[in-house]
Amino acid sequence: MTRRAPGWVLAVAGAVYLLLHLPVLVLVLFSFNASRYSVAWTGFTLEWYRRLAERTDLLRGLRASLIVGTISTVVATVFGTLLALALARRRFPGRRALEGLLYLPVVTPEIVAGISLLSLFVLLRVPLGLATITVAHIAFSVAFVAVVVRARLEGMDGSLEEAAMILGADELTAFRTVTVPRLWPGIVAGALLAFTMSFDDYVITSLVAGPGSSTLPVVVYGMVRRNVEPTVNAISTLILLGTSLLIWLATRLTRERPVSAARG
Amino acid sequence: MRGLRRRLLGGLARRPLLAGSALLAPGAGWLAVFFAAPMLLMLAYSVMPRGRYAGVEPGFTLEHYRRFFEPLYLGILGRTVAWSALATAICLLLGYPVAWVIARSRRRRGLLLFLVVLPFWTSFLVRTFAMIFLLRDTGLVNALLLRAGLVAAPLTLLYTPFAVLAGLVYGLLPFMVLPVYASLEKLDPALLEAAESLGAHPAARFFRVVLPLSLPGVIAGSLLVFVPALGTFVTSDLLGGARQVMIGNLVQNQFTVARNWPFGSAASFVLMALVLVSVLLSLRLRERHAGEGGAR
Amino acid sequence: MPIVEFTRVSKSFGAPPARAVDAVTFAVRRGEFFSLLGPSGCGKTTTLRLLAGFEEPDPGGGGIRIAGEPACGKRPYERRLGMVFQSYALFPHLSVGRNVAFGLERHGRPAAEIPGRVAAALEMVRLDPAVFTARRPAELSGGQRQRVALARALVLQPEILLLDEPLGAIDLKLRKAMQLELKELNRRLGITFVYVTHDQDEALAMSDRIAVMDRGRIAQLGSPAEIYESPRTAFVASFIGESNLLGGKTERRKDGMWEMVTPTGWRLAIPERPGLSEGVALRLAIRPEWMDLGPPGAAPSGANALAGAVDDVIYQGEMIRILVALEQGGARLTIALRNEGQLGRPLAWARGDAVLVTWRPEDGQLLEEE
Repeated sequence: MTRRAPGWVLAVAGAVYLLLHLPVLVLVLFSFNASRYSVAWTGFTLEWYRRLAERTDLLRGLRASLIVGTISTVVATVFGTLLALALARRRFPGRRALEGLLYLPVVTPEIVAGISLLSLFVLLRVPLGLATITVAHIAFSVAFVAVVVRARLEGMDGSLEEAAMILGADELTAFRTVTVPRLWPGIVAGALLAFTMSFDDYVITSLVAGPGSSTLPVVVYGMVRRNVEPTVNAISTLILLGTSLLIWLATRLTRERPVSAARG
Repeated sequence: MRGLRRRLLGGLARRPLLAGSALLAPGAGWLAVFFAAPMLLMLAYSVMPRGRYAGVEPGFTLEHYRRFFEPLYLGILGRTVAWSALATAICLLLGYPVAWVIARSRRRRGLLLFLVVLPFWTSFLVRTFAMIFLLRDTGLVNALLLRAGLVAAPLTLLYTPFAVLAGLVYGLLPFMVLPVYASLEKLDPALLEAAESLGAHPAARFFRVVLPLSLPGVIAGSLLVFVPALGTFVTSDLLGGARQVMIGNLVQNQFTVARNWPFGSAASFVLMALVLVSVLLSLRLRERHAGEGGAR
Repeated sequence: MPIVEFTRVSKSFGAPPARAVDAVTFAVRRGEFFSLLGPSGCGKTTTLRLLAGFEEPDPGGGGIRIAGEPACGKRPYERRLGMVFQSYALFPHLSVGRNVAFGLERHGRPAAEIPGRVAAALEMVRLDPAVFTARRPAELSGGQRQRVALARALVLQPEILLLDEPLGAIDLKLRKAMQLELKELNRRLGITFVYVTHDQDEALAMSDRIAVMDRGRIAQLGSPAEIYESPRTAFVASFIGESNLLGGKTERRKDGMWEMVTPTGWRLAIPERPGLSEGVALRLAIRPEWMDLGPPGAAPSGANALAGAVDDVIYQGEMIRILVALEQGGARLTIALRNEGQLGRPLAWARGDAVLVTWRPEDGQLLEEE
């Protein structure tokens, strides 16, 4: 496909690109607007950011989000990667069925997954809090990580590990010196996905969160339901900034690693 | 140390089942306990009588599924399916040209793709807030309309079906663009030249060659939009308000407000059934079209 | 003592299990160039992978021995083999130098000795260490990757080098040059080569001995000349080179030779073989280049002769292949004649000419039933 598209197609595409990005740009822009209620631009201010600092609930939410996000990302990434390895490289009965089942958590609506998990916690009288949130986030991230890493493994030549073994590397050494460096972009992508999903999740978190364990999205959601005031614009801008930083970091991490990094 | 380690590894290698389950166990175990078991529990709840205050009582009943045939709930079900289908159709109409433009671009392809993928990494909540900010009575859209003199009083945009649909399309559009792009990108330009040499005018080239060959992408994209739309909760909750309830909101409401767990569970499984039927249907469709193009 | 010994080794895959390698027995001599030759799916790669230790044989066979030691249960990294993979399997995240150094590091060689050995290995495969050590595999041509893969295997000075269709992915001209180079390396280093290929020309040109595999079994094992000149089965006769196959039954002994009668009634003299008696069903293979063509009625004495008409003439440069439709039964034979210049006969034959196909009885090969 190399020939240029007709003009009206270009116009529709241009409009769609605007539609995709304008709302967020406007949201960010108005986080610096002095007027509280009007969308008329009345001057530049950092007032709303200053007010954020006074809101201890937001800070507590951020702390909770970071704790949950970090733990659930690490666990889900490790478990998901192992799962993907087993599915890609091992022959065992029921492998095909398990591969199909792996997509079930991916397509299950969050509200259903969250409610069912809540039912289990209530039945077992598990006190709701950061722990239950973390458990839930791991559960919905594992399958996503596994699917992402599995896709990366799909394109990988299995004979690389065999070559390492014939050259004297045992299974663990081959895994460390060949598989992990090759798989690294997939693992980072999976981890990034897990973290952003955890950091962004409202539906499941709000269901399995106990009193006082609200994460950032849950706190902000409450603010939005009352009224979208400029502080929401400000916190949204900060969230965008944070995720951008994270993605930048992740792309740095997935660059072809220098040769010396794989020295074993 | 080395000898012992190698003996252990050698032992594992000779027992591939054991090695396989060692890799499998943590992830699959977690999913079994915290995904599969809760789902089964909810399946059980959905066929048990409702408890007096909350929860369930022992017994068996299909009452909750039967209740779904009441007009109120059939309406919610119908609305959920209709809006999801509508959102999918709009995404297709808007997303196809974008995919086409990306597939036909050369130098800017990377940038154009990046701009489509970017929203994936942008907080879904933040994007929903942005929609509220635009659509509310004092929002940017109304402000512009008022200033332009097109309307005398602010239009009610928020808490309408329009707002929910706009939110769904805005949130899910990238899921349509990427698969369609992937199948268009694999399309061999020689096919278009062949069609042209056989006398096909532009419309015929599109409808007889391009569109059929991009069907696998269209099917995949439609699934990726339709399924999340079915399970919508946040969009309808924030942009639709109390009157634009979709099935996801019904599930939440039954558990947290109405305290009718069995009915909420039944609603969950009706939703799950919708999801699974769509997935299976799209897999069947894709299989049928898989052989036709180079695209999967 | 053979350096590699397979004794009734089998390997099954799948459910229900299908035997990819079926009770295979062979021995490889120290220092020889040994090829496993066969079409795809014949079990040659599985045999190599069994030897490498990537697959474990089914229980119940006699097992695999490497240098006299039982190899079963030993992991690939305990077998001290070198291997060149079909896809080369160069580590894409490591430079050429570190690819070659990989095995030395795994074997705990002192760091000071590694650069020198890497450079020597690269030189051995005619790559300039100054140019190539720092490059990534992605920056190399197919032939260069091939050489790096070879250097990476040879740097460990293995006693046995396994090669899995290493020349499959490079172009014809380079392939011919690499064939010579590999054979030269085998001779110079004294390393035993076990070479898997589906390319009969390659196997014939390089090997000391060839095991021809068919459906998981070894159909024939022998030197290239033995395999080509005395194929034992119809599979070997038609997989290696080309053969005209004729079926029939022995009828009687005449003048120290047996006579075979085909279903179409031709009587053909066939070479003697122990155990032949009257009424035995046989198949006969004759190489196209061992047949000759002449005008009708002019058969040399003692030769077999069949009458037919030229169906097609295929010009191939140094050889000319002539397809002859036999008068009875409709069978077609292929006769290959050397191009002997403008005045030679082969160029004179044309479609429709009546001809006599002749060959000496000794050139017919009796095939075993498979």
